[in-house]
Amino acid sequence: MNKGTGGMGLDVSQLQELSRKCRLSIIEMVHKAGAGHPGGSLSAIDLIVGLYGTRLRIDPENPDWSDRDRFIMSKGHASPAMYSILHQVGYLNHDDLMGFRTMGSVCQGHIDMKWTDGVDFSAGSLGMGLSFGLGCALAARMDGSEREIWVMLGDGEMQEGQVWEAAMAANYHSVGNLKAVIDRNRIQNDDFLEVQMEIGDIAAKLVSFGWAVKEIDGHRMSEIVDALEWAAEINDGPCAIIAHTVKGKGVSFMENNPSFHGKAPTDEEFVVAMEELK
Amino acid sequence: MTAPSVGGASRDGYGDGLLRLAEDSRVVVLEADLGKSTKSCHFRTQNPERTISLGIAEQNMMLVAAGMASSGKIPFASTFAIFTERAFEQVRNGIARAGLTVHVCGSHGGIHTGTDGSSAQSIEDLAIYRTIPGMTVLHPCDDVSAEELTVQLLDHSEPSYMRTARNKTTRVYDDSSVTELSIGKGSVIREGKDVCILACGVMVSESLAAADNLILDGISATVVDMHTLKPIDGSLIDRLASECGCIVTVEDHSIIGGLGGAVAEHLSAGVSVPIEMVGVNDRFGESGSPSDLMSNMGLSSKHIQNAAHAAISRK
Repeated sequence: MNKGTGGMGLDVSQLQELSRKCRLSIIEMVHKAGAGHPGGSLSAIDLIVGLYGTRLRIDPENPDWSDRDRFIMSKGHASPAMYSILHQVGYLNHDDLMGFRTMGSVCQGHIDMKWTDGVDFSAGSLGMGLSFGLGCALAARMDGSEREIWVMLGDGEMQEGQVWEAAMAANYHSVGNLKAVIDRNRIQNDDFLEVQMEIGDIAAKLVSFGWAVKEIDGHRMSEIVDALEWAAEINDGPCAIIAHTVKGKGVSFMENNPSFHGKAPTDEEFVVAMEELK
Repeated sequence: MTAPSVGGASRDGYGDGLLRLAEDSRVVVLEADLGKSTKSCHFRTQNPERTISLGIAEQNMMLVAAGMASSGKIPFASTFAIFTERAFEQVRNGIARAGLTVHVCGSHGGIHTGTDGSSAQSIEDLAIYRTIPGMTVLHPCDDVSAEELTVQLLDHSEPSYMRTARNKTTRVYDDSSVTELSIGKGSVIREGKDVCILACGVMVSESLAAADNLILDGISATVVDMHTLKPIDGSLIDRLASECGCIVTVEDHSIIGGLGGAVAEHLSAGVSVPIEMVGVNDRFGESGSPSDLMSNMGLSSKHIQNAAHAAISRK
Protein backbone atom coordinates (compact mmCIF):
# COMPACT_ATOMS: atom_id res chain seq x y z
CA MET A 1 0.00 0.00 0.00
CA ASN A 2 3.00 2.30 0.44
CA LYS A 3 3.08 4.00 -2.91
CA GLY A 4 5.86 6.37 -1.92
CA THR A 5 4.70 8.84 -4.53
CA GLY A 6 2.47 11.11 -2.46
CA GLY A 7 3.01 14.39 -0.73
CA MET A 8 5.28 17.27 -1.60
CA GLY A 9 8.55 15.47 -1.04
CA LEU A 10 9.51 17.66 1.92
CA ASP A 11 12.11 16.81 4.56
CA VAL A 12 11.63 17.38 8.27
CA SER A 13 13.06 20.90 8.37
CA GLN A 14 10.97 21.92 5.38
CA LEU A 15 7.89 20.48 7.06
CA GLN A 16 8.65 22.44 10.21
CA GLU A 17 8.92 25.63 8.21
CA LEU A 18 5.63 24.84 6.46
CA SER A 19 3.98 24.35 9.85
CA ARG A 20 5.26 27.73 11.00
CA LYS A 21 3.75 29.42 7.94
CA CYS A 22 0.46 27.67 8.53
CA ARG A 23 0.42 28.75 12.16
CA LEU A 24 0.86 32.36 11.07
CA SER A 25 -2.09 31.97 8.68
CA ILE A 26 -4.23 30.39 11.41
CA ILE A 27 -3.67 33.31 13.79
CA GLU A 28 -4.12 35.86 11.01
CA MET A 29 -7.37 34.28 9.84
CA VAL A 30 -8.95 33.95 13.26
CA HIS A 31 -7.90 37.46 14.26
CA LYS A 32 -9.29 38.96 11.05
CA ALA A 33 -12.57 37.10 11.41
CA GLY A 34 -12.80 37.88 15.10
CA ALA A 35 -13.91 34.30 15.65
CA GLY A 36 -12.90 30.72 15.03
CA HIS A 37 -11.05 27.88 16.68
CA PRO A 38 -7.33 28.57 17.04
CA GLY A 39 -6.51 26.07 19.80
CA GLY A 40 -7.47 22.90 17.94
CA SER A 41 -6.00 24.26 14.72
CA LEU A 42 -2.61 24.80 16.32
CA SER A 43 -2.62 21.36 17.94
CA ALA A 44 -3.47 19.62 14.66
CA ILE A 45 -1.39 21.55 12.15
CA ASP A 46 1.88 19.62 12.47
CA LEU A 47 0.01 16.39 11.73
CA ILE A 48 -1.79 17.93 8.77
CA VAL A 49 1.45 19.34 7.38
CA GLY A 50 3.06 15.92 7.75
CA LEU A 51 0.24 14.34 5.78
CA TYR A 52 0.18 16.86 2.95
CA GLY A 53 3.94 17.17 2.93
CA THR A 54 4.79 13.48 2.72
CA ARG A 55 1.79 11.38 1.83
CA LEU A 56 -1.35 12.70 0.19
CA ARG A 57 -1.63 12.20 -3.55
CA ILE A 58 -3.74 15.17 -4.65
CA ASP A 59 -3.81 17.53 -7.61
CA PRO A 60 -4.80 21.16 -6.92
CA GLU A 61 -5.23 21.61 -10.68
CA ASN A 62 -7.80 18.84 -10.64
CA PRO A 63 -9.57 18.93 -7.26
CA ASP A 64 -12.16 16.33 -8.28
CA TRP A 65 -9.60 13.75 -9.44
CA SER A 66 -11.49 10.62 -8.45
CA ASP A 67 -8.41 8.61 -7.52
CA ARG A 68 -6.91 11.20 -5.19
CA ASP A 69 -6.21 10.29 -1.59
CA ARG A 70 -8.86 11.64 0.75
CA PHE A 71 -8.34 13.74 3.85
CA ILE A 72 -11.42 13.73 6.05
CA MET A 73 -11.15 16.46 8.67
CA SER A 74 -13.71 15.22 11.15
CA LYS A 75 -12.85 17.89 13.70
CA GLY A 76 -14.10 20.48 11.26
CA HIS A 77 -14.09 23.39 13.68
CA ALA A 78 -10.33 23.49 13.20
CA SER A 79 -11.01 24.88 9.76
CA PRO A 80 -8.21 27.51 9.92
CA ALA A 81 -5.70 24.65 9.98
CA MET A 82 -7.34 23.13 6.89
CA TYR A 83 -7.47 26.43 5.02
CA SER A 84 -3.87 27.24 5.91
CA ILE A 85 -2.57 24.03 4.30
CA LEU A 86 -4.90 24.39 1.31
CA HIS A 87 -3.35 27.84 0.83
CA GLN A 88 0.15 26.40 0.97
CA VAL A 89 -0.56 23.63 -1.55
CA GLY A 90 -2.34 25.96 -3.95
CA TYR A 91 -6.10 25.56 -3.54
CA LEU A 92 -6.68 28.91 -1.82
CA ASN A 93 -5.08 32.35 -2.04
CA HIS A 94 -4.42 34.80 0.77
CA ASP A 95 -7.56 36.80 0.01
CA ASP A 96 -9.58 33.60 0.43
CA LEU A 97 -8.10 33.15 3.90
CA MET A 98 -8.90 36.74 4.82
CA GLY A 99 -12.54 36.15 3.91
CA PHE A 100 -12.83 33.43 6.56
CA ARG A 101 -16.32 33.37 8.12
CA THR A 102 -17.67 36.23 5.98
CA MET A 103 -20.68 35.92 3.69
CA GLY A 104 -19.90 34.33 0.34
CA SER A 105 -16.40 33.24 1.38
CA VAL A 106 -15.00 29.92 0.21
CA CYS A 107 -13.63 29.66 3.75
CA GLN A 108 -16.81 28.82 5.66
CA GLY A 109 -16.74 28.75 9.45
CA HIS A 110 -16.54 24.98 9.46
CA ILE A 111 -15.05 23.12 6.50
CA ASP A 112 -17.57 22.42 3.76
CA MET A 113 -16.94 20.35 0.64
CA LYS A 114 -19.58 22.28 -1.29
CA TRP A 115 -17.75 25.55 -0.80
CA THR A 116 -14.06 24.75 -0.95
CA ASP A 117 -11.96 22.86 -3.49
CA GLY A 118 -9.67 20.44 -1.72
CA VAL A 119 -12.11 19.78 1.12
CA ASP A 120 -13.36 16.19 1.02
CA PHE A 121 -15.94 16.37 3.80
CA SER A 122 -18.48 18.77 5.24
CA ALA A 123 -17.79 18.78 8.95
CA GLY A 124 -18.76 20.87 11.92
CA SER A 125 -21.01 18.34 13.58
CA LEU A 126 -18.63 16.12 15.53
CA GLY A 127 -18.32 12.37 15.36
CA MET A 128 -19.24 11.83 11.71
CA GLY A 129 -15.90 11.82 9.87
CA LEU A 130 -14.74 8.29 10.64
CA SER A 131 -17.99 6.89 9.24
CA PHE A 132 -17.60 9.01 6.12
CA GLY A 133 -14.01 7.84 5.76
CA LEU A 134 -15.17 4.24 6.08
CA GLY A 135 -17.58 4.84 3.20
CA CYS A 136 -14.75 6.29 1.11
CA ALA A 137 -12.55 3.32 2.01
CA LEU A 138 -15.19 0.76 1.05
CA ALA A 139 -15.80 2.55 -2.25
CA ALA A 140 -12.08 2.63 -3.01
CA ARG A 141 -11.83 -1.08 -2.37
CA MET A 142 -14.80 -1.78 -4.65
CA ASP A 143 -13.09 0.28 -7.33
CA GLY A 144 -9.83 -1.64 -6.94
CA SER A 145 -8.15 1.70 -6.20
CA GLU A 146 -5.07 2.14 -4.00
CA ARG A 147 -6.20 5.56 -2.83
CA GLU A 148 -5.71 6.05 0.90
CA ILE A 149 -8.33 7.51 3.21
CA TRP A 150 -6.99 9.55 6.12
CA VAL A 151 -9.35 10.77 8.84
CA MET A 152 -8.41 13.31 11.49
CA LEU A 153 -10.36 13.11 14.73
CA GLY A 154 -10.22 15.17 17.88
CA ASP A 155 -10.08 13.38 21.21
CA GLY A 156 -13.11 15.29 22.46
CA GLU A 157 -15.27 14.16 19.57
CA MET A 158 -14.51 10.56 20.45
CA GLN A 159 -17.13 10.99 23.16
CA GLU A 160 -19.64 10.67 20.30
CA GLY A 161 -21.03 7.13 20.07
CA GLN A 162 -20.99 7.20 16.28
CA VAL A 163 -17.18 7.16 16.30
CA TRP A 164 -17.27 3.76 17.99
CA GLU A 165 -19.95 2.47 15.63
CA ALA A 166 -17.56 3.34 12.83
CA ALA A 167 -14.55 1.87 14.63
CA MET A 168 -16.39 -1.43 15.06
CA ALA A 169 -17.57 -1.49 11.45
CA ALA A 170 -14.13 -0.61 10.07
CA ASN A 171 -12.62 -3.59 11.83
CA TYR A 172 -15.43 -5.90 10.72
CA HIS A 173 -14.94 -4.83 7.10
CA SER A 174 -11.11 -5.06 7.40
CA VAL A 175 -10.50 -1.80 5.60
CA GLY A 176 -6.74 -1.56 5.19
CA ASN A 177 -7.00 1.74 3.36
CA LEU A 178 -8.54 3.63 6.30
CA LYS A 179 -6.12 5.46 8.56
CA ALA A 180 -7.11 7.66 11.49
CA VAL A 181 -5.00 10.40 13.05
CA ILE A 182 -6.22 11.44 16.48
CA ASP A 183 -5.35 14.86 17.83
CA ARG A 184 -5.11 14.06 21.54
CA ASN A 185 -4.96 17.64 22.83
CA ARG A 186 -6.96 16.86 26.01
CA ILE A 187 -9.18 19.93 25.77
CA GLN A 188 -12.76 20.31 24.50
CA ASN A 189 -15.09 23.29 24.33
CA ASP A 190 -15.84 23.83 27.99
CA ASP A 191 -12.68 22.54 29.65
CA PHE A 192 -10.14 19.72 29.83
CA LEU A 193 -11.56 16.30 28.96
CA GLU A 194 -10.61 15.04 32.39
CA VAL A 195 -12.99 17.63 33.83
CA GLN A 196 -15.79 17.26 31.29
CA MET A 197 -15.76 13.49 30.69
CA GLU A 198 -12.41 11.77 30.42
CA ILE A 199 -12.36 9.16 27.68
CA GLY A 200 -9.40 7.26 29.10
CA ASP A 201 -7.01 5.04 27.21
CA ILE A 202 -7.94 5.58 23.57
CA ALA A 203 -5.22 3.20 22.39
CA ALA A 204 -6.48 0.33 24.52
CA LYS A 205 -10.03 0.98 23.41
CA LEU A 206 -9.12 0.97 19.72
CA VAL A 207 -6.93 -2.11 20.09
CA SER A 208 -9.87 -3.89 21.67
CA PHE A 209 -11.89 -2.88 18.62
CA GLY A 210 -9.29 -4.60 16.43
CA TRP A 211 -7.31 -1.57 15.30
CA ALA A 212 -3.56 -1.24 14.95
CA VAL A 213 -2.46 1.73 17.05
CA LYS A 214 0.68 3.82 17.44
CA GLU A 215 1.16 6.66 19.91
CA ILE A 216 3.45 9.58 19.13
CA ASP A 217 4.38 13.11 20.08
CA GLY A 218 2.20 15.05 17.68
CA HIS A 219 4.54 17.98 17.41
CA ARG A 220 7.81 16.14 16.76
CA MET A 221 7.93 16.13 12.97
CA SER A 222 10.30 13.17 12.58
CA GLU A 223 7.95 11.04 14.69
CA ILE A 224 4.98 12.21 12.64
CA VAL A 225 6.64 11.30 9.36
CA ASP A 226 7.65 7.86 10.65
CA ALA A 227 4.15 7.21 12.02
CA LEU A 228 2.50 8.17 8.74
CA GLU A 229 4.87 5.77 6.98
CA TRP A 230 3.95 3.05 9.50
CA ALA A 231 0.24 3.64 8.93
CA ALA A 232 0.58 3.67 5.16
CA GLU A 233 2.19 0.23 5.21
CA ILE A 234 -0.70 -1.37 7.10
CA ASN A 235 -3.11 -2.88 4.62
CA ASP A 236 -5.01 -5.64 6.42
CA GLY A 237 -7.22 -3.50 8.66
CA PRO A 238 -7.77 -0.03 10.06
CA CYS A 239 -5.06 1.76 11.98
CA ALA A 240 -4.79 4.87 14.10
CA ILE A 241 -2.04 7.24 15.11
CA ILE A 242 -2.75 8.76 18.50
CA ALA A 243 -0.84 12.00 18.50
CA HIS A 244 -0.31 13.60 21.89
CA THR A 245 -0.50 17.31 21.26
CA VAL A 246 -0.77 20.64 23.01
CA LYS A 247 -3.85 22.70 22.33
CA GLY A 248 -2.77 26.13 21.08
CA LYS A 249 0.77 24.86 20.36
CA GLY A 250 3.19 27.60 19.31
CA VAL A 251 1.50 30.58 20.94
CA SER A 252 2.45 30.76 24.60
CA PHE A 253 -0.75 32.17 26.01
CA MET A 254 -2.93 29.81 23.99
CA GLU A 255 -1.10 26.62 24.96
CA ASN A 256 -3.14 24.33 27.20
CA ASN A 257 -5.66 27.13 27.62
CA PRO A 258 -9.26 25.97 27.16
CA SER A 259 -10.45 29.53 26.62
CA PHE A 260 -8.71 29.57 23.22
CA HIS A 261 -10.69 26.56 21.99
CA GLY A 262 -13.03 28.88 20.16
CA LYS A 263 -11.94 32.46 20.68
CA ALA A 264 -10.00 34.98 18.58
CA PRO A 265 -7.01 36.85 19.98
CA THR A 266 -7.40 40.55 20.77
CA ASP A 267 -5.39 43.06 18.73
CA GLU A 268 -2.71 43.09 21.44
CA GLU A 269 -2.64 39.29 21.67
CA PHE A 270 -2.44 39.08 17.88
CA VAL A 271 0.77 41.13 17.84
CA VAL A 272 2.32 38.93 20.50
CA ALA A 273 1.27 35.72 18.74
CA MET A 274 2.63 36.78 15.37
CA GLU A 275 5.91 37.83 16.99
CA GLU A 276 6.24 34.45 18.71
CA LEU A 277 5.67 32.61 15.44
CA LYS A 278 8.17 34.64 13.40
CA MET B 1 -56.97 2.40 -14.62
CA THR B 2 -57.81 -1.27 -14.28
CA ALA B 3 -59.72 -2.64 -11.31
CA PRO B 4 -57.66 -2.78 -8.13
CA SER B 5 -56.20 -6.11 -7.15
CA VAL B 6 -54.57 -7.23 -3.93
CA GLY B 7 -50.83 -6.75 -4.17
CA GLY B 8 -47.76 -6.81 -2.01
CA ALA B 9 -46.50 -4.29 0.49
CA SER B 10 -44.65 -1.23 -0.73
CA ARG B 11 -41.50 -2.56 0.96
CA ASP B 12 -41.65 -5.49 -1.46
CA GLY B 13 -41.65 -3.00 -4.31
CA TYR B 14 -38.56 -1.33 -2.89
CA GLY B 15 -36.78 -4.68 -2.79
CA ASP B 16 -37.80 -5.48 -6.35
CA GLY B 17 -36.72 -2.03 -7.49
CA LEU B 18 -33.26 -2.51 -6.03
CA LEU B 19 -32.95 -5.75 -7.98
CA ARG B 20 -33.73 -3.90 -11.20
CA LEU B 21 -31.04 -1.34 -10.37
CA ALA B 22 -28.38 -3.96 -9.73
CA GLU B 23 -27.07 -3.91 -13.27
CA ASP B 24 -25.69 -0.43 -12.62
CA SER B 25 -22.40 -1.08 -10.84
CA ARG B 26 -22.56 2.29 -9.06
CA VAL B 27 -25.52 1.11 -6.99
CA VAL B 28 -24.66 -0.03 -3.46
CA VAL B 29 -27.02 -1.10 -0.71
CA LEU B 30 -26.45 -0.43 2.97
CA GLU B 31 -28.20 -2.32 5.73
CA ALA B 32 -28.54 -1.87 9.49
CA ASP B 33 -29.57 -5.44 10.34
CA LEU B 34 -33.09 -5.15 8.91
CA GLY B 35 -32.53 -6.27 5.33
CA LYS B 36 -35.11 -9.04 5.65
CA SER B 37 -37.65 -6.48 6.78
CA THR B 38 -36.89 -3.63 4.38
CA LYS B 39 -36.48 -6.21 1.56
CA SER B 40 -32.99 -5.11 0.60
CA CYS B 41 -32.12 -8.74 1.38
CA HIS B 42 -32.90 -9.75 -2.21
CA PHE B 43 -30.23 -7.40 -3.51
CA ARG B 44 -27.82 -8.80 -0.94
CA THR B 45 -28.44 -12.35 -2.11
CA GLN B 46 -27.62 -11.49 -5.69
CA ASN B 47 -24.98 -8.80 -5.07
CA PRO B 48 -23.20 -9.51 -1.78
CA GLU B 49 -20.10 -7.61 -2.91
CA ARG B 50 -22.14 -4.42 -3.21
CA THR B 51 -24.15 -4.82 -0.01
CA ILE B 52 -22.66 -3.33 3.14
CA SER B 53 -23.83 -4.67 6.48
CA LEU B 54 -23.34 -2.13 9.23
CA GLY B 55 -25.13 -3.67 12.16
CA ILE B 56 -27.62 -1.91 14.38
CA ALA B 57 -25.92 1.46 13.96
CA GLU B 58 -27.97 3.81 11.84
CA GLN B 59 -25.93 6.96 12.40
CA ASN B 60 -22.81 5.27 11.10
CA MET B 61 -24.75 3.85 8.15
CA MET B 62 -25.86 7.29 6.96
CA LEU B 63 -22.33 8.67 6.91
CA VAL B 64 -20.85 5.53 5.34
CA ALA B 65 -23.43 6.06 2.61
CA ALA B 66 -22.37 9.69 2.31
CA GLY B 67 -18.72 8.70 1.95
CA MET B 68 -19.61 6.20 -0.74
CA ALA B 69 -21.70 8.82 -2.56
CA SER B 70 -18.74 11.21 -2.51
CA SER B 71 -16.73 8.45 -4.19
CA GLY B 72 -19.07 7.96 -7.14
CA LYS B 73 -21.44 5.35 -5.76
CA ILE B 74 -25.23 5.58 -5.65
CA PRO B 75 -26.10 4.36 -2.15
CA PHE B 76 -29.49 3.08 -1.04
CA ALA B 77 -29.56 2.89 2.77
CA SER B 78 -32.53 1.36 4.50
CA THR B 79 -33.85 0.53 7.93
CA PHE B 80 -37.17 1.07 9.70
CA ALA B 81 -38.61 4.55 9.24
CA ILE B 82 -38.47 5.16 12.97
CA PHE B 83 -34.75 4.31 13.13
CA THR B 84 -33.84 6.63 10.30
CA GLU B 85 -35.11 9.35 12.63
CA ARG B 86 -32.35 8.45 15.08
CA ALA B 87 -29.93 9.51 12.35
CA PHE B 88 -31.84 12.62 11.30
CA GLU B 89 -28.97 14.96 12.01
CA GLN B 90 -26.63 12.68 10.08
CA VAL B 91 -28.96 12.88 7.08
CA ARG B 92 -29.22 16.64 7.47
CA ASN B 93 -25.56 17.48 8.05
CA GLY B 94 -23.73 14.55 6.52
CA ILE B 95 -25.80 13.92 3.41
CA ALA B 96 -28.08 16.75 2.33
CA ARG B 97 -25.99 19.70 3.50
CA ALA B 98 -22.97 18.16 1.84
CA GLY B 99 -24.89 17.92 -1.44
CA LEU B 100 -24.52 14.15 -1.62
CA THR B 101 -27.07 11.92 -3.30
CA VAL B 102 -27.98 9.15 -0.90
CA HIS B 103 -31.35 7.45 -1.05
CA VAL B 104 -32.71 6.61 2.39
CA CYS B 105 -35.61 4.20 2.71
CA GLY B 106 -37.59 3.85 5.92
CA SER B 107 -39.88 0.84 5.98
CA HIS B 108 -42.61 -0.02 8.47
CA GLY B 109 -43.78 3.60 8.52
CA GLY B 110 -47.07 4.68 10.05
CA ILE B 111 -49.73 3.27 12.32
CA HIS B 112 -50.41 0.60 9.68
CA THR B 113 -47.30 -1.18 10.98
CA GLY B 114 -49.62 -2.56 13.64
CA THR B 115 -48.92 -4.90 16.50
CA ASP B 116 -45.38 -3.79 17.37
CA GLY B 117 -47.01 -0.74 18.86
CA SER B 118 -46.06 2.90 19.10
CA SER B 119 -42.28 2.47 19.33
CA ALA B 120 -42.19 1.26 15.74
CA GLN B 121 -44.95 3.42 14.30
CA SER B 122 -43.18 6.39 12.77
CA ILE B 123 -45.72 9.17 12.34
CA GLU B 124 -43.34 12.10 11.97
CA ASP B 125 -40.77 10.92 9.42
CA LEU B 126 -42.34 12.63 6.40
CA ALA B 127 -42.53 15.92 8.30
CA ILE B 128 -38.95 16.00 9.48
CA TYR B 129 -37.41 15.03 6.15
CA ARG B 130 -39.51 17.64 4.38
CA THR B 131 -37.70 20.31 6.38
CA ILE B 132 -34.28 19.47 4.93
CA PRO B 133 -33.32 21.72 1.99
CA GLY B 134 -33.00 19.83 -1.28
CA MET B 135 -34.43 16.58 0.07
CA THR B 136 -36.96 14.68 -2.00
CA VAL B 137 -39.63 12.93 0.10
CA LEU B 138 -41.59 9.98 -1.30
CA HIS B 139 -44.31 7.73 0.08
CA PRO B 140 -45.63 5.27 -2.52
CA CYS B 141 -49.01 3.62 -2.08
CA ASP B 142 -48.42 0.06 -3.29
CA ASP B 143 -45.75 -2.39 -4.36
CA VAL B 144 -45.69 -1.63 -8.07
CA SER B 145 -45.42 2.13 -7.60
CA ALA B 146 -42.76 1.70 -4.91
CA GLU B 147 -40.75 -0.38 -7.38
CA GLU B 148 -41.16 2.20 -10.12
CA LEU B 149 -40.19 5.16 -7.91
CA THR B 150 -37.19 3.25 -6.56
CA VAL B 151 -36.01 2.65 -10.11
CA GLN B 152 -36.49 6.33 -10.96
CA LEU B 153 -34.20 7.31 -8.08
CA LEU B 154 -31.24 5.99 -10.05
CA ASP B 155 -31.24 9.16 -12.15
CA HIS B 156 -32.42 11.45 -9.37
CA SER B 157 -29.65 13.87 -8.47
CA GLU B 158 -30.88 14.89 -5.03
CA PRO B 159 -30.92 12.98 -1.76
CA SER B 160 -34.22 11.31 -0.99
CA TYR B 161 -36.24 9.74 1.76
CA MET B 162 -38.80 7.10 0.80
CA ARG B 163 -41.22 5.69 3.35
CA THR B 164 -42.54 2.20 2.67
CA ALA B 165 -45.14 0.21 4.55
CA ARG B 166 -44.85 -3.16 6.24
CA ASN B 167 -48.23 -4.61 5.32
CA LYS B 168 -49.89 -5.50 2.05
CA THR B 169 -52.36 -3.07 0.59
CA THR B 170 -54.76 -3.10 -2.32
CA ARG B 171 -52.79 -2.53 -5.50
CA VAL B 172 -53.62 0.83 -7.10
CA TYR B 173 -51.47 0.60 -10.21
CA ASP B 174 -50.89 -2.07 -12.80
CA ASP B 175 -47.87 -2.69 -14.98
CA SER B 176 -49.17 -0.25 -17.58
CA SER B 177 -50.43 2.66 -15.46
CA VAL B 178 -47.36 2.63 -13.26
CA THR B 179 -45.16 3.67 -16.15
CA GLU B 180 -46.84 7.09 -16.11
CA LEU B 181 -45.55 7.81 -12.60
CA SER B 182 -42.97 10.52 -12.22
CA ILE B 183 -41.21 11.80 -9.10
CA GLY B 184 -42.63 15.22 -8.26
CA LYS B 185 -45.89 14.76 -10.14
CA GLY B 186 -49.08 13.80 -8.34
CA SER B 187 -50.97 10.97 -10.00
CA VAL B 188 -54.70 11.47 -10.53
CA ILE B 189 -56.25 8.05 -9.94
CA ARG B 190 -59.89 9.06 -10.14
CA GLU B 191 -61.60 12.17 -11.53
CA GLY B 192 -64.46 13.92 -9.74
CA LYS B 193 -65.84 17.43 -9.36
CA ASP B 194 -67.10 17.98 -5.80
CA VAL B 195 -64.05 17.34 -3.63
CA CYS B 196 -60.39 16.60 -4.20
CA ILE B 197 -58.83 13.91 -1.98
CA LEU B 198 -55.04 14.11 -1.87
CA ALA B 199 -53.62 10.97 -0.29
CA CYS B 200 -50.35 9.14 0.13
CA GLY B 201 -49.16 5.68 1.10
CA VAL B 202 -51.58 3.12 2.41
CA MET B 203 -54.29 5.79 2.57
CA VAL B 204 -54.63 5.99 -1.21
CA SER B 205 -56.59 2.75 -1.39
CA GLU B 206 -58.65 3.87 1.63
CA SER B 207 -59.39 7.09 -0.22
CA LEU B 208 -60.54 5.18 -3.29
CA ALA B 209 -62.87 3.18 -1.04
CA ALA B 210 -64.16 6.43 0.43
CA ALA B 211 -64.75 7.80 -3.07
CA ASP B 212 -66.87 4.73 -3.87
CA ASN B 213 -69.00 5.39 -0.80
CA LEU B 214 -69.26 9.11 -1.58
CA ILE B 215 -70.92 8.23 -4.88
CA LEU B 216 -73.79 6.80 -2.84
CA ASP B 217 -74.02 10.20 -1.14
CA GLY B 218 -74.23 11.89 -4.53
CA ILE B 219 -70.69 13.23 -4.35
CA SER B 220 -68.03 12.71 -6.99
CA ALA B 221 -64.48 12.86 -5.67
CA THR B 222 -61.12 13.25 -7.33
CA VAL B 223 -58.48 11.00 -5.76
CA VAL B 224 -54.80 11.75 -6.20
CA ASP B 225 -51.81 9.64 -5.22
CA MET B 226 -49.42 12.26 -3.83
CA HIS B 227 -46.50 9.86 -3.76
CA THR B 228 -44.10 12.81 -3.74
CA LEU B 229 -44.50 15.09 -0.70
CA LYS B 230 -41.48 17.14 -1.66
CA PRO B 231 -41.22 18.76 -4.10
CA ILE B 232 -44.99 19.03 -3.81
CA ASP B 233 -46.88 19.19 -7.11
CA GLY B 234 -48.17 22.72 -6.63
CA SER B 235 -49.60 23.25 -10.09
CA LEU B 236 -51.73 20.12 -9.79
CA ILE B 237 -52.96 21.19 -6.35
CA ASP B 238 -53.85 24.64 -7.70
CA ARG B 239 -55.77 23.18 -10.62
CA LEU B 240 -57.71 20.66 -8.54
CA ALA B 241 -58.43 23.18 -5.79
CA SER B 242 -59.99 25.45 -8.39
CA GLU B 243 -61.94 22.66 -10.08
CA CYS B 244 -63.26 20.94 -6.95
CA GLY B 245 -63.46 23.89 -4.55
CA CYS B 246 -62.27 21.98 -1.48
CA ILE B 247 -59.56 19.54 -0.46
CA VAL B 248 -59.14 16.60 1.89
CA THR B 249 -55.62 15.43 2.69
CA VAL B 250 -55.15 11.86 3.89
CA GLU B 251 -52.06 10.28 5.40
CA ASP B 252 -50.98 7.60 7.88
CA HIS B 253 -48.85 10.24 9.58
CA SER B 254 -49.25 13.08 12.01
CA ILE B 255 -51.48 15.83 10.69
CA ILE B 256 -48.62 18.14 11.67
CA GLY B 257 -46.09 18.69 8.93
CA GLY B 258 -46.83 15.84 6.54
CA LEU B 259 -48.94 15.82 3.38
CA GLY B 260 -51.61 18.01 4.98
CA GLY B 261 -48.98 20.48 6.04
CA ALA B 262 -47.37 20.53 2.62
CA VAL B 263 -50.69 21.15 0.88
CA ALA B 264 -51.72 23.85 3.35
CA GLU B 265 -48.36 25.57 3.05
CA HIS B 266 -48.69 25.62 -0.70
CA LEU B 267 -52.27 26.88 -0.75
CA SER B 268 -51.59 29.57 1.86
CA ALA B 269 -50.11 31.60 -0.98
CA GLY B 270 -52.55 30.45 -3.67
CA VAL B 271 -56.13 29.36 -4.23
CA SER B 272 -58.26 29.80 -1.10
CA VAL B 273 -60.33 26.67 -0.48
CA PRO B 274 -61.41 24.70 2.63
CA ILE B 275 -58.97 21.95 3.64
CA GLU B 276 -59.78 19.02 5.91
CA MET B 277 -56.89 16.87 7.14
CA VAL B 278 -57.22 13.15 7.85
CA GLY B 279 -54.24 11.79 9.75
CA VAL B 280 -52.92 10.96 13.19
CA ASN B 281 -54.19 13.68 15.48
CA ASP B 282 -51.07 14.53 17.51
CA ARG B 283 -50.94 11.33 19.53
CA PHE B 284 -48.93 8.11 19.67
CA GLY B 285 -50.32 4.81 18.50
CA GLU B 286 -50.52 1.49 20.30
CA SER B 287 -50.53 -2.23 19.53
CA GLY B 288 -53.33 -3.67 17.48
CA SER B 289 -54.24 -4.98 14.08
CA PRO B 290 -53.81 -2.42 11.31
CA SER B 291 -57.54 -2.31 10.62
CA ASP B 292 -58.46 -1.86 14.30
CA LEU B 293 -55.86 0.84 14.75
CA MET B 294 -56.82 2.70 11.59
CA SER B 295 -60.48 2.74 12.59
CA ASN B 296 -59.71 3.76 16.14
CA MET B 297 -57.32 6.55 15.20
CA GLY B 298 -59.39 8.21 12.51
CA LEU B 299 -57.69 6.72 9.47
CA SER B 300 -60.49 4.67 7.86
CA SER B 301 -62.40 5.25 4.64
CA LYS B 302 -65.35 6.29 6.81
CA HIS B 303 -63.29 9.10 8.32
CA ILE B 304 -62.27 10.22 4.84
CA GLN B 305 -65.88 10.19 3.75
CA ASN B 306 -66.85 12.36 6.74
CA ALA B 307 -63.99 14.74 6.05
CA ALA B 308 -65.16 15.11 2.46
CA HIS B 309 -68.62 16.11 3.64
CA ALA B 310 -67.08 18.58 6.10
CA ALA B 311 -64.91 20.13 3.41
CA ILE B 312 -67.82 20.47 0.99
CA SER B 313 -69.97 22.08 3.69
CA ARG B 314 -67.33 24.74 4.18
CA LYS B 315 -67.26 25.83 0.53
